[in-house]
Amino acid sequence: MAFESQDHAKAYWKENLRLMLKLLTVWFVVSFGFGIILVDVLNNITFFGFKLGFWFAQQGAIYTFIVLIFIYIKQMNKLDRKYKVEEE
Amino acid sequence: MDIKTLTFIVVGATFALYIGIAIWARAGSTNDFYVAGGGVPPVANGMATAADWMSAASFISMAGLISILGYDGSVYLMGWTGGYVLLALCLAPYLRKFGKFTVPDFIGDRYYSQTARTVAVICAILVSFTYIAGQMRGVGVVFSRFLEVDITTGVLIGMAMVYFYTLLGGMKGITYTQVAQYCILAFAYTVPAVFITLQMTGHFLPQTGFGATLADGSGMYLLERLDGLSTQLGFAEYTEGTKSGIDVFAITMALMVGTAGLPHVIIRFFTVPKVSDARRSGGWALVFIAVVYTTAPAIASITKVNILNTLNGPDQQGVLYENAPSWVDTWEKTGLIQWEDNNEDGRMFFSNDERNEMSVDADIIVLASPEIASLPNWVVALVAAGGVAAALSTSAGLLLVISSSVSHDLFKRTLMPNITDRQELLYARIAAGVAVLIGAYFGINPPGFVAQVVAFAFGLAAASFFPAIIMGIFHKRMNSAGAIAGMVVGIVFTLSYIIYFRFVNPAADTPENWLFGISPEGIGTVGMILNFVVALVVLKFTKDAPEEIQEMVESIRYPKGAGAATSH
Repeated sequence: MAFESQDHAKAYWKENLRLMLKLLTVWFVVSFGFGIILVDVLNNITFFGFKLGFWFAQQGAIYTFIVLIFIYIKQMNKLDRKYKVEEE
Repeated sequence: MDIKTLTFIVVGATFALYIGIAIWARAGSTNDFYVAGGGVPPVANGMATAADWMSAASFISMAGLISILGYDGSVYLMGWTGGYVLLALCLAPYLRKFGKFTVPDFIGDRYYSQTARTVAVICAILVSFTYIAGQMRGVGVVFSRFLEVDITTGVLIGMAMVYFYTLLGGMKGITYTQVAQYCILAFAYTVPAVFITLQMTGHFLPQTGFGATLADGSGMYLLERLDGLSTQLGFAEYTEGTKSGIDVFAITMALMVGTAGLPHVIIRFFTVPKVSDARRSGGWALVFIAVVYTTAPAIASITKVNILNTLNGPDQQGVLYENAPSWVDTWEKTGLIQWEDNNEDGRMFFSNDERNEMSVDADIIVLASPEIASLPNWVVALVAAGGVAAALSTSAGLLLVISSSVSHDLFKRTLMPNITDRQELLYARIAAGVAVLIGAYFGINPPGFVAQVVAFAFGLAAASFFPAIIMGIFHKRMNSAGAIAGMVVGIVFTLSYIIYFRFVNPAADTPENWLFGISPEGIGTVGMILNFVVALVVLKFTKDAPEEIQEMVESIRYPKGAGAATSH
């Protein structure tokens, strides 16, 4: 066991899952939410010459995806150090 | 210099570059360049993943389809990028920690079952075959245009090139060749995009340019003009689309989940030195992919306006055929543009109603966009080189997955464990040959546009691998019976649905007949849900996974103690 205790192992996994679910919620909202389900509502708003819903579907969602992955990388590295399970 | 000569020079030069790098990198590897544990840095791996990933479908077909579909084309943009979030967050780090070679390896070990491994191999072969069928069409489109032959000859020439390229062997395994391929591909994609955006809107960045006002002094927004033209000519309003919400949702989901389940993409994350690098590779891959994917919708909308203006004239009354721009003439030779003078006025007219006299294949739009915008010949040649790079790198990679799945996973490890290495190699070559021939058949008789055929491959991956891998990591107790039942039900359902609507009864392929209004492209989402449900139900009635397997699952959940990287 790489963790100091069983509790640590559980806590690490729990924090990992919580972070993952948070980021996946944003992932779902910008693509399926803004880009598909709410697209008609958002299209009433104009954003730099784009209809906003259309912009999310063809540009905004992609930018958000990149940001999400880099947040995940940063947070997970922090978490690994906190529980001392990072690689040497 | 004419386009044909220039194309030969540019395509030839890039080819020489790839081979040169391959030789250089191979020499490097004798100096312990690829020693296990050294692996490949995440940024380079990200670029190579991007090259591997962006196929003829991304490069040649996607912007063209968006051009025709308008808003509905967003499914490809979101689907093929959003999958990387799933990959980086839910799969890559754990599979890297697990540290085996292939997806069937993971499934076989995690579900402690030879049957599970075999089912996974069969799924991998089915997915890769479908994928390669799409690629062959793409290769064919490129060659038919630049050698000025019809599409069938183009596919046959492309087929021979791909087979030869794959047999050079190992080519694909060399990460730095793919880094070069990425650079050429991205350069070839963005340069013409910047040109046409400047021409159309005076903006430098395609990403913001297609939301800007037109440079013709009208003060009208580009997308506004496009919506107006579309309605006037009987197309759906460009920024609205016609697909139902549920179908757009299902296709996007199938493409995202399929991305995260594609064997030849997942494999890349085994080559990085550390678990944290597997996460980082996913991020970098998406950055490099986004360069192309955020440019694509700009090319799509600007080229659509250009096409309408050049075929119909600025007054939208039709242009006399003898005044047709040269690209119409050259693409007519491939059979991918056709003009039929229905009203015998000698003018071309492109619309989506009874006035229409043109058929324009979506797969030519990217390749033709520099010609349509009258850009210099070297730009046209550059785009051809990019298309060849995209199609070759992906098809060669897929052929290797197919041949190694058949010869190694299927014959050597399952059916005939006693064959010699020589025989294994022979089976690998035969498998690659058969794959190319099947690919060529579908390339000549395509069941859809390149990007659509490729979308089927994603549906199949979504319905088979993704649930098995996810439950393998996040559901400790999931057992072999559940996983196998899930994969079989998922892939059989999805494949039958696609085959029924595309081959058995294509006449019925309309929204009224679809299950829940979901098209064959999106049905992988239903297949995936079925897979999950069946697996969980079977688990209820069978024994949990054994203790040692559950412990193994625990151990892949944190990075410490990951073994050395495997080199491909």
